Amino acid sequence: MPGIVRIAYKLLVNDRAKFTALLVGITFAVFLMIAMTSLFAGVLKRGSATVINIGASIWVMDPAVQTVANTIPIPNYVLDEVRSIPGVKYAVPLYSGGALLKLRDGFYQAANIVGIDDTSLFGRPRLVEGNIQDIFAENAFIAIDDSEFSKLENPTIGTTFELNDHRGVIVGIAKVASSGLFGVPTLYTTYNRALQYIPNTRFTISYLLVEPKTRADIPVIERQVQAAGYLALTKQEFISKITKFYMYQTGIGVNLLIMTVTSFIIGLSISGQTFYTFVIENLEKFGALKAIGAKGHELVLMILFQASLVALTGYGAGIGLCSIVLWLTRLYLPDYAAIITFTNLILAFVMVVIIAAVSSYFGVRRVLRIEPFDIFRG
Amino acid sequence: MADVAIKAVGLNKWFGEGLARTHAVKDVDFEACFGEIVYVVGPSGSGKTTMLSMISGILRPNSGTVKIEGTDLWSLSNDAIAEFRLHKIGFVFQDYHLFPRLTTEENVAIPLILQSQDWENAIEEAEKDLEAVGLKDRAKLPPVKLSGGEQQRVAIARAIVSRPDILILDEPTASLDGDTGRMIISFVRQHILNDKRCIVIVTHDSRIFEFADRILKMEDGRVTAAEKGHFHEE
Repeated sequence: MPGIVRIAYKLLVNDRAKFTALLVGITFAVFLMIAMTSLFAGVLKRGSATVINIGASIWVMDPAVQTVANTIPIPNYVLDEVRSIPGVKYAVPLYSGGALLKLRDGFYQAANIVGIDDTSLFGRPRLVEGNIQDIFAENAFIAIDDSEFSKLENPTIGTTFELNDHRGVIVGIAKVASSGLFGVPTLYTTYNRALQYIPNTRFTISYLLVEPKTRADIPVIERQVQAAGYLALTKQEFISKITKFYMYQTGIGVNLLIMTVTSFIIGLSISGQTFYTFVIENLEKFGALKAIGAKGHELVLMILFQASLVALTGYGAGIGLCSIVLWLTRLYLPDYAAIITFTNLILAFVMVVIIAAVSSYFGVRRVLRIEPFDIFRG
Repeated sequence: MADVAIKAVGLNKWFGEGLARTHAVKDVDFEACFGEIVYVVGPSGSGKTTMLSMISGILRPNSGTVKIEGTDLWSLSNDAIAEFRLHKIGFVFQDYHLFPRLTTEENVAIPLILQSQDWENAIEEAEKDLEAVGLKDRAKLPPVKLSGGEQQRVAIARAIVSRPDILILDEPTASLDGDTGRMIISFVRQHILNDKRCIVIVTHDSRIFEFADRILKMEDGRVTAAEKGHFHEE
């Protein structure tokens, strides 16, 4: 470490009160920023849970669909029409809808029912207990062991329940990549059983899941589906559509954005002010260094190093604190929708860099303006 | 006669513009040689600090030249002047300006660190100079734990650690009691001054005049008198 940087380091960390105040400011700001954005990321991921869990390459839907939960049934002939498009390797129907279960103890519990294609079982979850073949057994359902699993009274294989006066039996326990957004448990069954158990409208297919022969066929499929009056989206496009809905057509995005910006402003205010005060308190000393022979760029290096050290340490501490809080929260609220993604981390890092840059900018200006002559004059 | 260390000719400095313009230093000539202590004395506002700043490369004069060991100081770039100060001139400020968050030895080592010397080596050199000023046992303490006189000696150690040819002391006894002030300047006279070093002291503390080789009196921005110091009379 160059000597001048070592001096800067000692000046900063030996002033424990200021250093702590700076760290608390940045840590608090990073914690809030990560907490807000991770909550948003969690909501978005869970909003797209079915899309992520089923994993189809292309989803065909009514153009009015805005989220995966907001299904608009598609007539059966569309399935045939899509299957006839050149470039489609296969296409299967998917049922996704809500139902009310009557559990063993007599309580009712809302659940999300996913009906997968009887023939191919495309989109089936990864079983951790039971055999996938048992889904064809009488009244068979597979329970998803996610954060809402306990709401089904922690069923085991053989556990029974009622759905619209139909008997249902758990034949398998499965895991999926993401839990749902709305706090209801999920059951998988076959498409036809879902139609049989749940009252339906005239049209019954929620989505068509399509696999193209090659990636080059995707635009062709999308155009042909559009010509038929429906919408074909890739998995990523569908997730983006859902994200945009939550971001722009609900208050969630705007509210979390306001909170994130507020966190940024709080962090900037606390850290900026504290750092500026720190520089001002040492201004005469910087002037003395200048008189002794320190050059302007060396003093700038000292201040930038101090600001960067505080910013990076606070950034790390903020992430650590947020991770601990999320972990603790999940211990008590398993379905707490927050995930720390790389995007969150990068966003918070950019904001911390801005905080450090703004804080040091004003300090640098003052230090560069101080004249050694002022030190002589007192 | 000893070699000339500092030679300033026709120094002028004014601050402000128009009616607010103040002519702080007026046509001042100054000369100091190696092996001597020169005092610049005068009342507050007489221009002595301004003159000192100009001859030490801190404040650019409006006109006039300053030559230190033959180098025309104000013909150099700002960075070159800073580099020149770092290697050739040591400063002792009125309020010491020691860093309270650094140890005494780290404060003393600062000029060497600014010269890009290795940290450990700089600290080692600083310890030697602290020993020279009688403060070796205070090396690891922060300056705030030291008395005023000790802090002044730390500031002197910092000023001499890079072995500068010129030492500038600005009101070195202003914050000290009479005995301590005399002790400090006596120490400078006996241990810091040598044939290859020139010391310029700005003061209006007449109690330390006895240690001067020459005394320049300033008033209203002009040198009004130049006297032989009391040191040789004793």
